[in-house]
Amino acid sequence: MAKKKFVVGCFDDEAVLFPAVKKVRTSGYKIHDVYTPFAVHGLDHALGLRETSLHTAGFIYGITGTTTALSCISWIFTRDWPLNIGGKPHFALPAWVPIMFELTVLFAAVGMVLTFCYLCQLAPFVKKHHFHARATDDLFVMVIECTDKTNTEDLQAFLRSNGAVETNVQVAEDGWWLGRYDKDEMPFETKETVAA
Amino acid sequence: MASIKTQFEVPGKMKTWSLALIGIGLVALIAGLVTKGFSSDEHEQVQFWGKLMYNTIFWTLVCNASMFFICVTTLAMGGWQQSFRRIPEAISTMVPIFGAITFAVLIYVVVGHKHHIYHWLDSEAVANDPILKGKAGFLNPTFFIIWTTLAIGLWSLLGWRMRQISKEADEAPMDNEKGASYIWRNTIRAALFIVWFALTVGSTIPWLWMMSIDAHWYSTMYSWYTFASSFVSGMSLIALWVIYLKNKGYLELTTQEHLHDLGKFMFAFSIFWTYLWFSQYMLIWYANIPEETVYFKHRVQGPYKGIFFLNLIINFVCPLLILMKRSTKRNYTLVTFMAVLIIFGHWIDFYQMVMGSLSKEHVTLGWLDFGLLSLFAGLMIFFVGRALASKPLISKHHPFLKESVIHQV
Repeated sequence: MAKKKFVVGCFDDEAVLFPAVKKVRTSGYKIHDVYTPFAVHGLDHALGLRETSLHTAGFIYGITGTTTALSCISWIFTRDWPLNIGGKPHFALPAWVPIMFELTVLFAAVGMVLTFCYLCQLAPFVKKHHFHARATDDLFVMVIECTDKTNTEDLQAFLRSNGAVETNVQVAEDGWWLGRYDKDEMPFETKETVAA
Repeated sequence: MASIKTQFEVPGKMKTWSLALIGIGLVALIAGLVTKGFSSDEHEQVQFWGKLMYNTIFWTLVCNASMFFICVTTLAMGGWQQSFRRIPEAISTMVPIFGAITFAVLIYVVVGHKHHIYHWLDSEAVANDPILKGKAGFLNPTFFIIWTTLAIGLWSLLGWRMRQISKEADEAPMDNEKGASYIWRNTIRAALFIVWFALTVGSTIPWLWMMSIDAHWYSTMYSWYTFASSFVSGMSLIALWVIYLKNKGYLELTTQEHLHDLGKFMFAFSIFWTYLWFSQYMLIWYANIPEETVYFKHRVQGPYKGIFFLNLIINFVCPLLILMKRSTKRNYTLVTFMAVLIIFGHWIDFYQMVMGSLSKEHVTLGWLDFGLLSLFAGLMIFFVGRALASKPLISKHHPFLKESVIHQV
């Protein structure tokens, strides 16, 4: 994992954020991510993120569940331990449908939650850098990745001219790490900020 | 908004097509009436009236589902449907028309004493039959006629009141206070319709009109099943009209986002229908009591086997696999295809619900069925087109219109 330099711009309004995202992208900057207090409709589209493949994964987990249930019950009731239940045929498909349905839902639900956590890199003890504590409260935090040639002063001025209420420069860990937050990376610690 | 086309004009082509469909249907109807309806053979008569019954009931309930949709979204304070709300409104104007036809057919069957259709009409048989005697308080001609009159009359009346209040949103802009009182009055009228809908479509009417053909048999799922069938077809019908008007260049405010939500309704209620279908089937299969399995015997193992499983494939497997994807629900061509398929599938479903009980030995799906389908589809296209043209397509002063404009899924 490597430390990188980021320029952070904070917005207090969705309506300001969208045009700003558009301008920053058309100006050729690379947006690392935008952290928002709640799911913002259409932001993924504005950021140019590709469609998530979570639903495809969900579908696959679902049919895995169906097949597991069907093969398991049918093997048990027709090969392994056939029982006469109310005179029904051993291969009693209608009676199994509820179980097939339940396992489909179970596999899809649990599988999708785990996949979601994996994609978002969420797990116990996995830590990531917080760019601004208020991203979980009321600020929309746009993080732009810097290159060697990025003029951070210009970029901050550019962000402020597009409605950012607060901007700063941070050198931070790009990915995740295991363990606990380092002292100097505590999320709630105040950072040097340039007020608009 | 000045540039938006709000006035629908019925295209000549649509008029020609609908009149052609009505023409074909009328020929079939008259031919059916001559060869079967007035035939001296009881079986032929049952064929004719049975086919007329399931077609009229199907189309009445499907068009009534439009008013149900409006009332439900009104009660839920929904705003997204405002941009195309005039379409379900126009479809619901069919309720009095189809309702009158249904009424005429059902009353003819009851007053004309067609006890080969409704076994409980035969008072001699009822007197010697403890089960039918026990049901006689519900299954008797007087109650049937009163309840049918009330049902169709109140659907029409309460629906008409919902449409009347909708006109007010065309006239003048509303301030906050006026808007709030407008929404409140809408809520009251919608709630009245929903209550009556629950007492009729949600419970008694399918029992009375269709389930009582098998007078001994009963299923508590039956009405919900019928409702699910008619509601999912109703949503498909709304989607078809939305797409048609979009293609003609109307409804600029309605976008893929609205279509996506309509597609979700079609998908979700197809699953709901299957859930009820299966609940009804499995409980009877599991208990395996002759009194109950009598309904499924000839459907699952007899001549209706093909239709029975085709029904499940069209109405469950196809919507499940095709409508599941987000991109399908946003694709006009695929939604059109699925909507037509779903309406056809549930029409087949109604066919096997009614005709499966009336003619247990033979499947007689033929020219008369498709002729009547064409008749009712033609009537629906003709009158809905006229109703759409009679009002602006967008109620531009409705307090929730903006929600629909900015709607995003």
